[in-house]
Amino acid sequence: MQGKVIGISGPTVTVDLPDLTLYERVSVGNDKLQGEVVRLRPASAVVQVYEETKGLRVGEPAVRENSPLTVRFTPGLLGGIFDGLQRPLQRLGEEFGPFIRPGDMLPFVPCEQQYPFVAEKKAGDRVGQGEYIGYVEEGAFRHYIAASAEGVIREIRDGNICPEDRVAILEDGTEALLWHQWPIRTARPFTRKKFPRSLLVTGQRCIDFLFPLAFGGTAVMPGGFGTGKTILEQAVAKYADVDIVVYVGCGERGNEMAEMLEEFRSLADPWTGRSLLDRTILVANTSNMPVAAREASIYTAVSMAEYYRDMGYHVLLLADSISRWAEALREISSALEEMPGEEGYPTYLASRLSGFMSRAGVVETLNGKTGSLSMVLSVSPPGGDFTEPTTQACLRNTGAFLMLDTDLAHRRHFPAINWAQSFSLYDRDVAEYCAREISPKWPEVKKRCQALLKQEEQLREVAEIVGDEGLQDADRLLMHVAEQIRSRFLCQNSFTDDAFSGPQSTFELIEKLVAMYDRCLERIRQGESLGEILLEEHP
Amino acid sequence: MSLAEHLYTTVTDVRSQLFFLEKVHQARMGEIVEVVFPDGRKLEGEVLKIERDTVLVQIFGDCSGMDTGKTTVVFSDSLKQAPLSLRMLNRVYNGSFKPMDNKPLFVPDRWQPATGFPMNPTRRARPQEFIETGFSSIDGLNTLVKGQKLPIFSCAGLPAKEIIGRILADSRMSGSDAGFAVIFVALGLTHHEYSFYMRTLEKMSSNFVAFINLAEDSVVERLLAPRFGLTAAEYLAFDRGMDVLVIVADITNYCDALRELSMAREELPGRRGYPGYMYSDLASIFERAGRITGMPGSVTMLPVITMPEDDITHPIPDLTGYITEGQIVLSREMHQQGIFPPVDVLPSLSRLMQKGIGKGMTMEGHRELANRLYATYARGIDLRGLEAIVGREGLSESDRVILDFAGAFENEFVHQEQRRTIAETLECGAELLRRLDPARDADSA
Repeated sequence: MQGKVIGISGPTVTVDLPDLTLYERVSVGNDKLQGEVVRLRPASAVVQVYEETKGLRVGEPAVRENSPLTVRFTPGLLGGIFDGLQRPLQRLGEEFGPFIRPGDMLPFVPCEQQYPFVAEKKAGDRVGQGEYIGYVEEGAFRHYIAASAEGVIREIRDGNICPEDRVAILEDGTEALLWHQWPIRTARPFTRKKFPRSLLVTGQRCIDFLFPLAFGGTAVMPGGFGTGKTILEQAVAKYADVDIVVYVGCGERGNEMAEMLEEFRSLADPWTGRSLLDRTILVANTSNMPVAAREASIYTAVSMAEYYRDMGYHVLLLADSISRWAEALREISSALEEMPGEEGYPTYLASRLSGFMSRAGVVETLNGKTGSLSMVLSVSPPGGDFTEPTTQACLRNTGAFLMLDTDLAHRRHFPAINWAQSFSLYDRDVAEYCAREISPKWPEVKKRCQALLKQEEQLREVAEIVGDEGLQDADRLLMHVAEQIRSRFLCQNSFTDDAFSGPQSTFELIEKLVAMYDRCLERIRQGESLGEILLEEHP
Repeated sequence: MSLAEHLYTTVTDVRSQLFFLEKVHQARMGEIVEVVFPDGRKLEGEVLKIERDTVLVQIFGDCSGMDTGKTTVVFSDSLKQAPLSLRMLNRVYNGSFKPMDNKPLFVPDRWQPATGFPMNPTRRARPQEFIETGFSSIDGLNTLVKGQKLPIFSCAGLPAKEIIGRILADSRMSGSDAGFAVIFVALGLTHHEYSFYMRTLEKMSSNFVAFINLAEDSVVERLLAPRFGLTAAEYLAFDRGMDVLVIVADITNYCDALRELSMAREELPGRRGYPGYMYSDLASIFERAGRITGMPGSVTMLPVITMPEDDITHPIPDLTGYITEGQIVLSREMHQQGIFPPVDVLPSLSRLMQKGIGKGMTMEGHRELANRLYATYARGIDLRGLEAIVGREGLSESDRVILDFAGAFENEFVHQEQRRTIAETLECGAELLRRLDPARDADSA
């Protein structure tokens, strides 16, 4: 079916193809720019094009592709870096040079590499759609291959297979390959969702202890520029206790992605000792890459994350930053001349965002395994103003809220998580879990720690008026210990060995600080002076 | 390419920089057109939007004198392209890449679209080569590296251009064979500012290319000039292996031009009337800085931004800060105290500093020294607030030492009459910290 381009406005192109369906893929122009139908009109359709439309001419061909925008699932995703349309950037760079030009298309199927396939079913077995028929080894992971339809296996083979070859054929002639496609805007099915309640260790003391994230949970981190969003996201990507990490650089800096790629290649995963890149999938749609592809990038990423979740892995999706996605949505909405909501954002911003964030969770998969998909999303509120629509929409959906504070960042207190304003809804369940798994005293020490920080805040106001010397010894002790908690416990330098802290050492450190407070307070009560006590405590 | 140029006289709706044209056959998005006015004047324009055979054109100038019957529009079938050659060096062009010295344009080796193409992130090389600017507050605490984009956030009346001037005159980049070039893009500058920059450029021994769009020049060209500048920069860097420093002054004027045109196009306004796509638009400029693996050459950017109302949360500095790799913030208060450069160290930041300093690059212990200077100064500024309430006598002895340190830091480290090498900068910082030492021991006890 062929038609032609009849109108162009920014990233949207009008074509005169009849009988299209919404969200169907269309390629436009001589360069075959990829796009998706976002609006149908009588005898024409509006296509959101994922590449620069400059140079496109009215009258150039438009071709329907008969499928929605999809992502390809295959062994070989891990360790890869893709753009928002899942184009393999590494190979793109090798073939087309250092700049990406419109129409530089390279579909992602890594044909070069062969994978040893181990069949778990045999000829004559009946399989359901999506049921696993065998696996290949992908690095440290067992990558399961699913049957593409329900039926009886006629033939299945073991041994080295490249992704284009078929591994099995059913009685009705349906083939199973190592790869298959999935529409990115459709959530992958599962049997049921479970309640997130166990601690997802991020390696950041402040998060793990005060505002914990649960497996299958979501967290947002809003913060103005320079508050260390990216560094924190990357630190979590490096050290989180999960099987697989999917990191989306959504409308952010190109240099950051390059740096991350280089660093992840050389760093070892603290949990398994293997290269970090082996467990990571990077999706990079930097700020100067086309806006419409940026909108798609988070869906491409979350689909890949779900795919590995379905194999029974714990997957963590990090997006930096969701605000850039929202801005892309706004830009497309404005090109479609839709009625704007708050600050020009489309009114469906909140529902789209909740739809996306709802794809997180702990699930029992169709194959009876348990997998989880957790999300940590950074938000870049303009002017550091948290009342703006994207931050507010995130707040309504998120399980944990890690507020990054400009003041703390200016004091070089990193991670600059504001302990008074942040929260985690997984708090209570995770505390029970930690009481069981790490230390029975976890919940109590946590309460003490929060109380100390709270009291310090009140004392600080007093101290600013009367000066430190005007305070009583007990209060000065409290200020001293709170200062220790802030500088030694809450602060964590991402560039040193301290960048990762396991839950056990996190707990020991805070327990020690709280115990020191109790011990010194007791001695003050018995009449000793604070100066002497501190000299002994810090020789 | 179409075989013949298309010619139309079907102008309908005319606004200040925009007009609609009807019955156009197969226009191209971004196509360059030539508009011939009834009085014979010629101006260029660009296709912005196409709806069947109706085309919206933005003109690089002003529509005054245009009519709807006699005005002729010629379609060129090509996009806005930049002519590229080494012969472009040491000349001055306007925002449309036309020479301003009344001499003919050089013969280009090739043409390249002005908007450029996004760099593949996997081919980017990590910026890590130190650039010595000669300013302690930058070299010591907010180190600039090759391939970085580091804006200067200034306020009206602060000496941003003097700082840029000194950086141009004093910067040392560790050597590259093909040499060093400065691209200077003037956006909406007054004649006074412009002549200051040009005097500095002409005094320099290194190569330069200048793109000049003054306050009275076309607003549309103001959007074009930085793109030409960067296309030239990419050519010199990645085709010719040069280290290129791009100075863009002033991004605030650029953003105002963007807003003006966005309004003319009846687009939905975002914060303070700036268009919603301003982030992406600015990124398409700033992200062109960088280095490429396996290639010599680099594009480093130093844009100047005048913060309206001295407000760092204003959309222009705010969006810029989200894109660039740090910022150098100037302070009115320090300027009033006579400190030059009046760099407010606390909100300033260089995100790529970590990789550019230390042993083999600047000096061992640079990071630790910078951290201690920063932390002590931050403490001193806190104490200044306290001093305002309780008075100097209300402070403890150790606090008074820190307070004095803050003053000395501003007057001796940040303020400087002469260029300092990195060794001098670090020695100056270490010396300030040594004065602190007796107090520090007591303090940490």
